[in-house]
Amino acid sequence: MSTTHETKLEPARRIRFALTDEQEQFRSAVRRFLDDKSPTTEVRRLMATAEGYDPEVWRQLSSDLALPGIHIPEQYGGAGFGMVELGIVMEEFGRALLCAPYFSTAVLGACAILNAGTDAQKASLLPALASGARLATLAVTELNGDWDPGRIELVATPDADGYRLNGTKSYVVDGNLADLLVVAARVPGTVGREGLGLFTLGADAGGIERQPLQSMDPTRKLARIDFRGAHADLLGNLESGPAPLVRTLDQAAIALANEMVGGAQALLDSAVAYAKLRVQFGREIGSFQAIKHKLADMLLEVELAKSAAYYAAQSAAVDDPEWPAHACLAKAAASETYLHTAAECIQIHGGIGFTWDNDTHLWFKRAKSSEVFLGQPSYHRELLMQRWGV
Amino acid sequence: MSKVSEAEVRAEVREWLAANWDPDTSLVEWRGKLADSGWGMPQWPKEWYGRGLPHALARAVEEEFANVGAVGAAKSGVRLLAAATLLEHGSDLQKKKLLRRILTGEDTWCQFFSEPGSGSDLAGATTRADLKGDFWIVNGQKVWTTSAHHADHGLLLARTDWDAPKHEGLSYFVIDVKQPGVDVQPLKQMNGHASFNQVFFTDAKVPQENLVGHVGEGWKVAMTTLAHERRGADGLSSPSGRGSRVGRIYAEERAELEIANQPYTWYPQRAGRVDLIIERAQETGANKDPNARQEIARLMILAKSAEWTARRARAAQQQGRPQGPEGSLGKLAASHVARACSRVHTLITGAEAMLTGKGSARDGIIAEILVSVPAVSIAGGTDEIQRNIIAERVLGLPKEPRFDTGPFRNVRKN
Repeated sequence: MSTTHETKLEPARRIRFALTDEQEQFRSAVRRFLDDKSPTTEVRRLMATAEGYDPEVWRQLSSDLALPGIHIPEQYGGAGFGMVELGIVMEEFGRALLCAPYFSTAVLGACAILNAGTDAQKASLLPALASGARLATLAVTELNGDWDPGRIELVATPDADGYRLNGTKSYVVDGNLADLLVVAARVPGTVGREGLGLFTLGADAGGIERQPLQSMDPTRKLARIDFRGAHADLLGNLESGPAPLVRTLDQAAIALANEMVGGAQALLDSAVAYAKLRVQFGREIGSFQAIKHKLADMLLEVELAKSAAYYAAQSAAVDDPEWPAHACLAKAAASETYLHTAAECIQIHGGIGFTWDNDTHLWFKRAKSSEVFLGQPSYHRELLMQRWGV
Repeated sequence: MSKVSEAEVRAEVREWLAANWDPDTSLVEWRGKLADSGWGMPQWPKEWYGRGLPHALARAVEEEFANVGAVGAAKSGVRLLAAATLLEHGSDLQKKKLLRRILTGEDTWCQFFSEPGSGSDLAGATTRADLKGDFWIVNGQKVWTTSAHHADHGLLLARTDWDAPKHEGLSYFVIDVKQPGVDVQPLKQMNGHASFNQVFFTDAKVPQENLVGHVGEGWKVAMTTLAHERRGADGLSSPSGRGSRVGRIYAEERAELEIANQPYTWYPQRAGRVDLIIERAQETGANKDPNARQEIARLMILAKSAEWTARRARAAQQQGRPQGPEGSLGKLAASHVARACSRVHTLITGAEAMLTGKGSARDGIIAEILVSVPAVSIAGGTDEIQRNIIAERVLGLPKEPRFDTGPFRNVRKN
């Protein structure tokens, strides 16, 4: 594509198409850790628990690998890397299907505070997240399940020493587990994109009722949270409007896209291995073109989605003006690919692929929850068109 | 090969160009100088019109040429595939006789590989060459031959042994196209263009000295040609100077490229013209239709992902990393993009998509897209063959059982 359109869409030349040697080494370290700590037997054990994670593994990935703060600046207790490294972590976690409150704490919670908080708030809230000592999450969607910030209804009413939250949030990742809640809300009497802000409160504050939801993907726990006059602090200011929230959702979309391509790769590997193993009609099923071509198409799809997810992370890392568009692009691409790869992986496994004992459904369900979380592919395609000014 | 630095090479070529480059010389005369000095193909061996430079330095030479607007060696069409094949497998006599005239552009080449009966299965060729006295006598039919109607020489893959297994009974020749036994007919495509030919051989003659490699090694030699074909970018050759440059040599070069590029004017349309999608949506108002917006976004996501995948493959290569799967997927990805483009152009264009010619959308370009895209998933290896290659070589899946082993004479054919 050598067009004026491309020039418009790709102004930045600094975007890298290959990881550095250091980044590759970092990936290997994360992968080794997960090979050891997150075999599917562990995934199955943890997904059946209410908390859904192993505090000891969380402690190790925090203290030994410093992963929760990988993208948090050093001044706030983090490792000081950026979106590319966060993407690497998420991709590897997606591949191993790690059960841990990482997406909620490191991505949703920490990014929201980084984007909206004052220096003092960042200094007070982020070190505990970076060290893994505290868990956090971001509550955006409500009972209407809408990801558009303009549809937020939860009200934050100013009072003498802060704000009082009233309303209900739903589909909150690890909402039942988080120590710190970041809540998107609006001040009274506003609609649409006016009057939006982010508010923080401890989960032990009064006026909060948390209710775990039965999530179809048991590796990612969801909760509904009712706020009845709960006391909260404004994160940053109201003048920024929805921008910090939108930025957080875009970063989360990129992180999730990278997690999804990691999962898709795991499914592809599993399908290829099975096609080489399984014999029918006196030959490996992988020698039939019907299966070969399916797998070749899956590989193509996975590599294309990886390219989109990696590009979005690189684009955000260098703050390319187009990076929010790339976030939508990556989220839509990775969602469709992950789910399709999961469905095809089941198909290639045949009957056994539909059983509980076969591991494919673990990734299938993560693919399904990730497809919907932060907005479905059609939502992101429309957003992409808007952001490109079409 | 002695080690030279890029700065030294640049200085040397600059000095040579300053002493020799003259835009008012004739194309053939200038390219003769390029061949004899080795600056036309600096990456070729010293003894064969090159300077034995590594590819990175050859690129530096190319830049120095571009800086002064100097015309390079003839590179269009099949000629460089022929040269690469001869450099690797040709006899000294063949190299002496043929290479220089390739570089000067005096000789034009074409490739006689595909046949009506062997498309994807190239090694199933049944065009025969029988040795009679000092000549190989060729009979049969080739197809999809670009530029055969003005080619001087052809690269010919023909069967010389019918009792050997399929791949072992082939030999590789250089055949003189301009002889009575070679009948070249244009092949009209579904998009109305005739970019290719079908060529009939009736007792055409090839002197023994034109055998490339040994008898029975034709497949191996053909693999060299095909490897270079895959490596080279397909499509249009661009002139060395901007269209406005003045000088006899530029006029001659433009005329040469016009002939060389003539078969390819529809190639951009064949690839789907994703570059037109958004402006077409805006000019037709399709950008206001929610369904069209979804389809456009889908296509653009695919196209961008494919573009970035190619960039990833290149970046890995530049860093000296082992090639990942992303390097083998370009052709299949391009096929998907082209087909998606065709669909979305139709959606955007609406009823007018039923029309063709100058009076139709974008002066007929949209119509040409719609009737040219089907070529992408066939030419240069069908999507199905691409998938087999990806599945077997990248994913390591087992091959299918074969039915074409044993003497080729007994193998089932069309």
